[in-house]
Amino acid sequence: MLSFYTHIPYCIKRCGYCDFNTYTPSELQDGATLEIVSNDYIDAVLKELEYAPIDQVPTIFFGGGTPSLIPPHDLGRVISAIKVRNGLTEDCEITLEANPDSVTEEKLAGYITVGFNRISFGMQSTSTHVLEVLDRTHNPENVKRAVDMARSVGFTSVSVDLIYGTPGESLKDWQSTVTQALALGVDHISAYALIVEEGTKLAAKIKRGEIQMPDDDLMADMYLYIDQACGFKGLKWYELSNWSKPGHECRHNIAYWTNANWWGLGPGAHSHIDQKRFWNVKHPTAYKQKLFAQESPIADSELLTDEQRKSEYIMLSSRLRTGIAKRALTVAQYERMTSYISSNHMIETQDSLVLTSTGRLIADRVVADLLR
Amino acid sequence: MPAIPISKAPQPAATNPAQIRNFCIIAHIDHGKSTLADRMLGITEVVEARNMRAQYLDRMDIERERGITIKSQAVRLPWRSGIDGQEYILNMIDTPGHVDFTYEVSRSLAACEGAVLLVDCAQGIEAQTLANLYLAMENNLTIIPVLNKIDLPNAQPEKFAKELANLIGCKPEDCLRVSGKTGDGVAELLDQIVSQIPAPTGDPDAPARALIFDSVYDSYRGVVTYVRVVDGHLSPREQIQMYSTGVRHEALEVGVISPEPLPGKGLGVGEVGYLITGVKDVRQSRVGDTITTYQNPTKHPLAGYKDPKPMVFAGLFPLDGADFPILRDALDKLQLNDAALVYEPESSAALGFGFRCGFLGLLHMEIVRERLERESKISLISTAPNVVYQVWLEDGKKFVVTNPSEFPDGKINVVEEPIVKATILSPSEFIGVIMELCQDRRGTMLGMDYISEDRVEIRYTLPLAEIVFDFFDQLKSRTKGYASLDYEEIGDEPGNLVKVDILLQGEAVDAFSAIVHRDKAYSYGLMMTAKLRELIPRQQFEVPIQAAIGSRIIARESIRAIRKDVLAKCYGGDISRKRKLLEKQKEGKKRMKMVGRVEVPQEAFVAALATDADIEKIKAARKQE
Repeated sequence: MLSFYTHIPYCIKRCGYCDFNTYTPSELQDGATLEIVSNDYIDAVLKELEYAPIDQVPTIFFGGGTPSLIPPHDLGRVISAIKVRNGLTEDCEITLEANPDSVTEEKLAGYITVGFNRISFGMQSTSTHVLEVLDRTHNPENVKRAVDMARSVGFTSVSVDLIYGTPGESLKDWQSTVTQALALGVDHISAYALIVEEGTKLAAKIKRGEIQMPDDDLMADMYLYIDQACGFKGLKWYELSNWSKPGHECRHNIAYWTNANWWGLGPGAHSHIDQKRFWNVKHPTAYKQKLFAQESPIADSELLTDEQRKSEYIMLSSRLRTGIAKRALTVAQYERMTSYISSNHMIETQDSLVLTSTGRLIADRVVADLLR
Repeated sequence: MPAIPISKAPQPAATNPAQIRNFCIIAHIDHGKSTLADRMLGITEVVEARNMRAQYLDRMDIERERGITIKSQAVRLPWRSGIDGQEYILNMIDTPGHVDFTYEVSRSLAACEGAVLLVDCAQGIEAQTLANLYLAMENNLTIIPVLNKIDLPNAQPEKFAKELANLIGCKPEDCLRVSGKTGDGVAELLDQIVSQIPAPTGDPDAPARALIFDSVYDSYRGVVTYVRVVDGHLSPREQIQMYSTGVRHEALEVGVISPEPLPGKGLGVGEVGYLITGVKDVRQSRVGDTITTYQNPTKHPLAGYKDPKPMVFAGLFPLDGADFPILRDALDKLQLNDAALVYEPESSAALGFGFRCGFLGLLHMEIVRERLERESKISLISTAPNVVYQVWLEDGKKFVVTNPSEFPDGKINVVEEPIVKATILSPSEFIGVIMELCQDRRGTMLGMDYISEDRVEIRYTLPLAEIVFDFFDQLKSRTKGYASLDYEEIGDEPGNLVKVDILLQGEAVDAFSAIVHRDKAYSYGLMMTAKLRELIPRQQFEVPIQAAIGSRIIARESIRAIRKDVLAKCYGGDISRKRKLLEKQKEGKKRMKMVGRVEVPQEAFVAALATDADIEKIKAARKQE
């Protein structure tokens, strides 16, 4: 099996907190429109596809950037090329990340036509002052409209992304965001604590003292709130930052967390095949140049040692509801976990150790303790 | 030309005592002693100009870098007097310049008939110089007052000549004025040494008696012992005997330093030189002991021999526990050259395996630590320094406590602590702040005298324990660096002392325990608990930090449990990044010590125990990494 990720490195506007590998048309070419900068991008992606192993495909994920900026027909070319070349499983999950502002019912129907069946909207928050700090453009009301449209055109699984811990966001603000997100009747929610990345506008504002990051205790309360609220609505956590109705877990992301093989198409995209991780050149222009010159776009790679694979297993499995298999731990590692069990950060099942909600909040510490 | 070629000068073992002058130079650090000594080596031509280097006599790196002399040395300088035209042999005996080495200084002084009191005439006399001056006067040495650095633009020779005249009872115009830097006045100084300092006297036919005033370990030659012959004669290949131990050795080599070692036929009355017996440990050749011959031993040892007595104790632990054997080897090696250093293995629940070390004082401790770190290239943590307490229980049992962890639990009748007499010299404008500091440190004022118009000598008795932590730093910072300090132990006195324990999660952490005065126990407890609350990261559970005297809690803080330590996102490209971050954290983990269930970073120990200067050093080291 081989999952595919396709990176769409374009946005109309860069959000203030974002350090992803994405570009606005004018960043790429002075005064250019999206059509100009992206017109041969899909051609390049299809060229890269030729380097991938031929193996049946259980999931495809279009992320970005803003994939929903690209017309259904163009994304459809990628899906059908993969289908023709590798073959898709019968229940292949094909996800589109979408900006609630840049979709229409007609466009959404187009995505269904070319094969998409799952959609994830960037919602972030319902508080306008929070969205302002995040530098997001959308009107919170657009989200409801977009979710309803997605349902009516036939998306069988709908998700929203939320961000908590934005400077100025209160626990009340967050509770209201969560309540409204759940009221949309979505099948899946991802919620991320805001990370201030070096070099972003947000980081600069914090450095200048214009705004302050909330403290870890408030962030912890926010996390515990969404975990509980999702539970009441029948969405259960299956990964540290992801909740879903039964059967609506994102299988593509599960592939990452269970060390399956996947291929990342596009600039800066990472791939994992067996014991090897590799990644492409970062800039879209360099990426296109390489491919049109018939060269591989891979920038660098690493071959994982057994120890590194074990580390990755612990790091990833600890974040999952399935937990860490006890048989993967040494006696000393297992013994180090008993204090977390007694402090209710972890529960022990017959053959695994699973973090509780308070334990998930200190998952990095637990992992560091296991790997020390 | 007053210099005499060495080959034509009076030879060792064949020099009439009347032609010999033995002197030392008493000076404060940076008052220019080494530069003046260099100048004397040059002017007497024992070192050719092309071989000259700065601070010729200071052998160790640390000495040269810190500008202080730890080990004394003796140099034989031939000189033809410009006054009477006669040939003389001048033996310059270098003295250590710091308070911790008072005993070594006193032995160097005992080897001389005179002393050059060297004072920087831009700064005036300092407390330690004054202490050594008094020591020289007690030894009946002839004092030649000399003002150095007269070439400096801010020199005030008139002012400080008056100060010196007051102190030693001479006339201001008797003070010589020299510049070690330009050489001005140095020849005149040598002439005055000849004319003012008496020649040594002794009985050449009596059983041999020679004073050991220094003893140095050399990795090629073994121990080199520096001696001043008082009576009789020492010859190579003779069987010699140490008076205090009765141990016999063969004198393999006897010679003089000029300023490189010159083996010779022996040493006669009044002469100063070295001998090598092949022993490998300076403790077998102790400063202050009398050397005599095995064939014809003396029955009357020279006065003043004392065993070096450590005054300050501290634990030294390797930062990385695996370095313990390296530390042990380094201490063993250092002890060959340092008879005053004592140590024994110690294990601390918090810091692992290390050594409890005894030092003469704080500088000695600092030098030892620095040499250990430098020579063995390992990083050390030292615990807060401690003095020696005598503890009597109600049942009459007595304990000698050099480490708070040894403080007995039973009913205590009395605790005695060492008391020192401290002398502080300072510009008079700082009298107020100095008195405040001394009162705060449980001092009792003994008296105060003006030594010149605007400089005072202030005398206090103080518990040594109050001095060993950061008294000197405080004194310097409150007086803008102008005050100087000297102290001598004057005995033990009972004190109202208690042991304060610091508990993490109910468990006492031995490294943080301290013996303090009852009035200060509360503030010590508050200070330590607050400091640790800042230094120890939040754990998965709440960690109470308490300070206690016995079972009574006197202060408490708590470190709240950590609630969040996680990065929320972990998709495709994040995986490598996150794994690398974890690998890096793993390195950091090595610097954590487990105290019970609590993870305490090494930095917390160091920062909680260290002085501000130490913390700066640690920060600098971290930056380099």
